[in-house]
Amino acid sequence: MKVRSLVVIAALSGLSLLADSSNSVLIRNVMVHPVTSPDIANGSVLVIDGKIAQVGPKVGAKGVARVIDGHGLQLYPGLINAATNVGLSEISSLRDTVDLDEVGLFNPDLRAEIAYNPSSEHIGVTRGAGITAVISLPGSGGRGFGRNGPGSVITGQGTLMHLDGWTWEEAAVKPSAVMDMLFPEIETVPRRYAAFLPGRPRPYQELEKDYRERLQQLSEFFEDARRYEKAKAAAGPDFRGDVRLEAMIPVIDGKLPLFVRAEREPMIKDAVAFADKEKVKIIIADPREIGSTGPLLKEHNIPVVLGKTFQLPMRDDDPYDAPYTLPNEFYKAGVKICFGTFDVEFARNVPFEAAQAVAFGLPHDEALKALTINSADILGAGDQLGSIQPGKIADLILTDGDPMQAKTNIKQMFIAGRGVSLESRHTREYEKWIRRP
Amino acid sequence: MQQVFSFTCLIGMMAILSPAETTLIRNATVLTVTKGTVPNGRVLIENGKIAAIGKNVSAPADATVVDAAGKYLMPGIIDCHSHTAIEGGVNEGTVSDSSMVNINDVIDPYDVNIYRALAGGLTVSNVLHGSANAIGGQTVVIKLRWGKTAPEMLFEGAKPGIKFALGENPKRQGYPTQSFFSRGPALERRYPGTRMGVEEVIRESFTEAKNYQATWKKYNDRIARGEHPIPPRRDLRLEPLVEVLEGKRYVHAHCYRSDEILMLIRVADQMGFKIRTFQHALEGYKVAKEIAAHGAGVSTFSDWWGYKIEAYDATPYNAAILMRKGVMVSLNSDSDELQRHLNLEAAKTMRYGGLSETEALAMVTINPAKQLGIDDKVGSIEVGKSADLVLFDKHPLDTFSKPLKVWIDGHEYFDRDKDLEKRPEFERRKKALEDKLNAAANAGAKQGKPGAH
Repeated sequence: MKVRSLVVIAALSGLSLLADSSNSVLIRNVMVHPVTSPDIANGSVLVIDGKIAQVGPKVGAKGVARVIDGHGLQLYPGLINAATNVGLSEISSLRDTVDLDEVGLFNPDLRAEIAYNPSSEHIGVTRGAGITAVISLPGSGGRGFGRNGPGSVITGQGTLMHLDGWTWEEAAVKPSAVMDMLFPEIETVPRRYAAFLPGRPRPYQELEKDYRERLQQLSEFFEDARRYEKAKAAAGPDFRGDVRLEAMIPVIDGKLPLFVRAEREPMIKDAVAFADKEKVKIIIADPREIGSTGPLLKEHNIPVVLGKTFQLPMRDDDPYDAPYTLPNEFYKAGVKICFGTFDVEFARNVPFEAAQAVAFGLPHDEALKALTINSADILGAGDQLGSIQPGKIADLILTDGDPMQAKTNIKQMFIAGRGVSLESRHTREYEKWIRRP
Repeated sequence: MQQVFSFTCLIGMMAILSPAETTLIRNATVLTVTKGTVPNGRVLIENGKIAAIGKNVSAPADATVVDAAGKYLMPGIIDCHSHTAIEGGVNEGTVSDSSMVNINDVIDPYDVNIYRALAGGLTVSNVLHGSANAIGGQTVVIKLRWGKTAPEMLFEGAKPGIKFALGENPKRQGYPTQSFFSRGPALERRYPGTRMGVEEVIRESFTEAKNYQATWKKYNDRIARGEHPIPPRRDLRLEPLVEVLEGKRYVHAHCYRSDEILMLIRVADQMGFKIRTFQHALEGYKVAKEIAAHGAGVSTFSDWWGYKIEAYDATPYNAAILMRKGVMVSLNSDSDELQRHLNLEAAKTMRYGGLSETEALAMVTINPAKQLGIDDKVGSIEVGKSADLVLFDKHPLDTFSKPLKVWIDGHEYFDRDKDLEKRPEFERRKKALEDKLNAAANAGAKQGKPGAH
């Protein structure tokens, strides 16, 4: 399929010059939105060997294998969904098709990368919206609410994947991008779930005891990891390794960020205090409110991966637009933000989640950054993805409009310079059944 | 709870206190949906109805004038599948045919999601039971008249309906599985547990309903002849099914797969009734021809898919395919959240299937109105229709747009500026209540009593 689409692109362009650099593509006469620098009308972008080689108002076509005329079109960096379960969950209600939420409290050595199914139908569907890379997380974010026994605290390593690749290995951009974690909380049952949960809720005192225990276990686990690191450094060649503690070394060394899911203000504060104490890097994920945490996050330079904008307010008496204004509140507080959907089926809708934030105050350019360069920066891939700059991986989308607009069509997509198909299970069903006599 | 109540009342009063008045909305881009677009248009509202539309509409001197320069006016959005404003559970799940229960008995006018939906431009909802039974309960259409009582929310003259459900949900009671939410002890099984059983429940119930109908006919004939027969025993389960047979009640059937859609069409043909709408019908596109031939509508999701096996063949092109094959299609929410932005769901049909702006808007206005049989009153901006209107700051299919004002029957039920203005007062009241609660808890703690949590 991939090969065929390349051929089609080459044929359509009709301008292929000397094929001495078969891995080169020039997209010209297009409105270039580099994101990190001003837009270039009638600009050109040259891609060689999967990387962006040149960006500017005029780039020579000599020796370029394929030239694409982008007249009337827009060129953006590929969008990034900073939190999904793409590749790890196919049909969320069928456990056999879901590889999320492993058994056990601390699973830092689990790697989402290796369970990423490169044949998942969600990959093509998600691409259709202009998304070229996602974080795939090993946890669903679901909590037990004190009834189903303890859920995981550390669920494993989230991986930054290109939405293209014959194997998971080829798709991986950054195999270990974040350490996925649900910060302990007092798991009282949110009103919106209460009706769905069987049995009686456990008493508050018990839930609070669980929470204290979990915090204690978390501290001990980090302490174990530090002791392990020291022991390993001091030991000789016959040192017996421990896979779980070994996986914690990048975290305690401050190299791998903890991706901390913390919905409410007290949890966010707890998480920041914990990161301070342990001197580790954290990202706050899926917060539902900012409360008084803005200055704290800014001061600590802690970024935020926002969850869905299209949510109901957390409390009955919250303003009706609380989830819509939340992204702008973090932005105004000086916190670096990006967007995730924390699911599979709706991973493609991340540009619309950002658009809704724009409708309610987030500056348009900031929303676009949040979908591209901010995601890349927050996920530790700012030097590779997220903007149209020489030296970066050529993840590009050619569109007939703003990718945050529902009516916009994604016309072509390049992942690491390869033209990839925009077909999906959904377009195939359409093509097949529209023809039913 | 108290906080919620006071909040609810305050917002509610805003609506109740505004009298039915003459209003002129001017300088708006008027998206009538059925009669084209009027740039720099005016809409005059009198006695709750749309009195005039055009470029040169004058209003009486005492009319309230709303200047809508640069803004867009569209008909109030209509949701053909909602579970909002239902007090308690939405499923009477104990029996496979629960046609005797009625949503009308459990409308909760204090559900804050009504107000939240209004703020998204929604004005009418078809309120349904859940999908736990092959034949669910009786449904009602409401107008989101926030601040009014439950009876005052009912859409006057709207034909009532009944919810059917096919596929995984109704058969789940026959084979209860352990989902994320139900890891408790195994649930008791009840028939049906297969799609075959679901079909049989519907066929059996309608067979009974026809017998029941015949029994009453016989009785009424004897009365007409001047005889004095003993009346048959009333059956509250079969009565609504007889209404379905007599065309007095619409069938709204939850479904996913093409086989079950076709099955219900055939059962309905056999029993002599019509399906008004197939709800969700994510595989409706595979049997578009059969649905069109039956004369049913489809109310579907814009892009939901893949959350269960019967949703794995879903495609967001469903609405476009069905529309092009002659089926009346609407987009619904089935969700307190999604109902807040159905205009944006409609916008997705422009990407998935290339619908025009008008076709897209019709999916959440005139089409659901037709499906609910209320298109003579709502669903478009036309003279004589109810003044159910939404004013957007940008084109409603623009993903950067938001509703600013919502009118139902000419009353203003939502105004974003007023909502923003009231927030400091709500905050103050909330804080006062919280302070009181904390003070009580502290006092309790001092006396060794458990605090109020």
